Amino acid sequence: MEKFTQHNGLVIPLDRPNVDTDAIIPKQYLKSVKRTGFGPNLFDDWRYLEPGEPDMDHSKRTVNTDFVLNKPEYAGGSILLARENFGCGSSREHAVWALTDYGIRSVIASSFADIFFNNSFKNGLLPIVLKENVIDELFALSAGKELQLTIDLDSQRVVVNGDSSLVYDFDVDEFKKYCLLNGLDDIGLTLQHADDIRAYEKKRKAEAPWLF
Amino acid sequence: MARTLYDKVWDAHLVRQENDGTGLLYIDRHLVHEVTSPQAFEGLRLANRKPWRVDSILAVPDHNIPTVGRNEGISDPVAKIQLETLDNNCDEFGVTEFKMDDIRQGIVHVIGPEQGATLPGMTVVCGDSHTSTHGAFGALAHGIGTSEVEHVLATQCLIQNKMKNMLVNIEGPVGKGVTAKDIVLRIIGEIGTAGGTGCAIEFAGQGIRDLSIEGRMTVCNMAIEGGARAGMVAVDEKTIEYVKDRPFAPKGDDWDKAVVAWQDLKSDDDAVFDQVVNIDGASIEPQVTWGTSPEMVVGVGDSVPNPATENEAVKRSGMEAALAYMDIVADAPITSINVDKVFIGSCTNSRIEDLRAAAEIAEGKKVAANITLAMVVPGSGLVKQQAEQEGLDKIFLEAGFEWREPGCSMCLAMNADRLEPGERCASTSNRNFEGRQGKGGRTHLVSPAMAAGAAIAGHFVDVREM
Repeated sequence: MEKFTQHNGLVIPLDRPNVDTDAIIPKQYLKSVKRTGFGPNLFDDWRYLEPGEPDMDHSKRTVNTDFVLNKPEYAGGSILLARENFGCGSSREHAVWALTDYGIRSVIASSFADIFFNNSFKNGLLPIVLKENVIDELFALSAGKELQLTIDLDSQRVVVNGDSSLVYDFDVDEFKKYCLLNGLDDIGLTLQHADDIRAYEKKRKAEAPWLF
Repeated sequence: MARTLYDKVWDAHLVRQENDGTGLLYIDRHLVHEVTSPQAFEGLRLANRKPWRVDSILAVPDHNIPTVGRNEGISDPVAKIQLETLDNNCDEFGVTEFKMDDIRQGIVHVIGPEQGATLPGMTVVCGDSHTSTHGAFGALAHGIGTSEVEHVLATQCLIQNKMKNMLVNIEGPVGKGVTAKDIVLRIIGEIGTAGGTGCAIEFAGQGIRDLSIEGRMTVCNMAIEGGARAGMVAVDEKTIEYVKDRPFAPKGDDWDKAVVAWQDLKSDDDAVFDQVVNIDGASIEPQVTWGTSPEMVVGVGDSVPNPATENEAVKRSGMEAALAYMDIVADAPITSINVDKVFIGSCTNSRIEDLRAAAEIAEGKKVAANITLAMVVPGSGLVKQQAEQEGLDKIFLEAGFEWREPGCSMCLAMNADRLEPGERCASTSNRNFEGRQGKGGRTHLVSPAMAAGAAIAGHFVDVREM
């Protein structure tokens, strides 16, 4: 997994609540058996005018110039700003893969759906929860103009446009932070406890043999 | 200390707990399908790992498979590769799989309970958010992402933080003609799509106790639409009766021991919940969603809400966007909305009781002239067989419905079953998101009886009056 330590990037403001994983990556692209290549289809239904299929050359499709990802001022953006309940719906990790494949390193919102939130940490994507009034301020700062944020995971701080007086703190689970800072595969970490798992199985098998 | 049902199942599966509260949770049953597993199996291979406990895994293709013309094979080449990948992975690692031509094939959340592979008190995971369905058995069941699928394959465990406890009580009985689907849609309307975020919801009260096990599955299935990864219902005699004698269920001595243990799968009387929601069962009407989120729902006797009455700006603009996408106007009566297609199926509503409820409405009637497609997609090959034994297929076919092979079908429209831009659908599925059933498609979520009623009338109707 790619490490996340510090990231400086341009904000893409997607001013919608309840952005669901069907919108992030529509179902027809879930037929892939790979983890990569989803970037061109991030927000496919909103981003292009005609319906898309996996076998198309997406660079030749007509883009929806009203959609934020297609606006020149947000080109190259790597931090997505959205509203409450981001990532609701399906458990498809393809939603996270589409975001990271496009180049997004962090999503900032007032709340996230649980499964999406977990999936993000497994792929080096940092979801940051900030209070609604802060989200309002960030939307105001990014409306039609360039907003650069510096995100520092170790100190759990977001710095606005390099201005050390405009800083927001965020919370992050200690274990998730540790894995992200070090780019750790948590399967390896869990397997360090293989003896505990075997001991549990032995005890449980005696108590509830029908489960084995 | 008094514990909730969720606390009890959590405690029984905790392998270890770190000082920061992170738990390592043991998983009893791992359900697998073709869409969210290929990358996980590939990960195992790359790391030279094997599944920790292969007998805990049950696999089935459901999302991508066609619901017609199966003997001609899969025509979509991309879907074909994904389906073959599942078959190959299961063969390579020795995983039990019900392949496409197996009568037991079906939607993963239908076949788990049908086979007795889902048991009370289990932990159940699957790379699919509607895994919450299995909570109807007093199991702790929730959806996981593909990285977690790989983690469970490799370690039999999941790294988890404990969720909060939320109780939703449906007090008193619900009215005649009000179904499990109406109950859960009403709950989501009340708590909102993020209302249960971070929680395991226990559904309780007479309105829930009165439901059949299939009805409880419908309610738990949509816990995720209320933001909760897991929904649960306490075990009672109905649960035990349902599980008994199913192929994967314990037998003999094991069965007797299990039944004793399962008696404890309920919240203690004095258990404390972080959040409690009470809803008067008698106040629940048949529900119809009007917008692009499951929380945008009203009773069939109501009108489409007017954004002008919403004070909160983000909500108001969300309502306006939803009305524009759905192409309906504020204050229009729900019964004035015409539909083009009708879909009866999905892990929410494709079991035998769902099909019976729809057939009861359709019997002896004809699908309205303005309906271009009305389809019934049973949840599994065994549900299909049972329905055919009961003659339900004939009722549907004579009324003008199509009778299909089992799968996820137009719930998420990964296969050929989908809405065209602008088409409007009465659907028994679980999500009415923009584009969910096809780009530009408009979805109204309803119960099976309400969907059948809309097919016959050509627009939404109160099935209690049919």
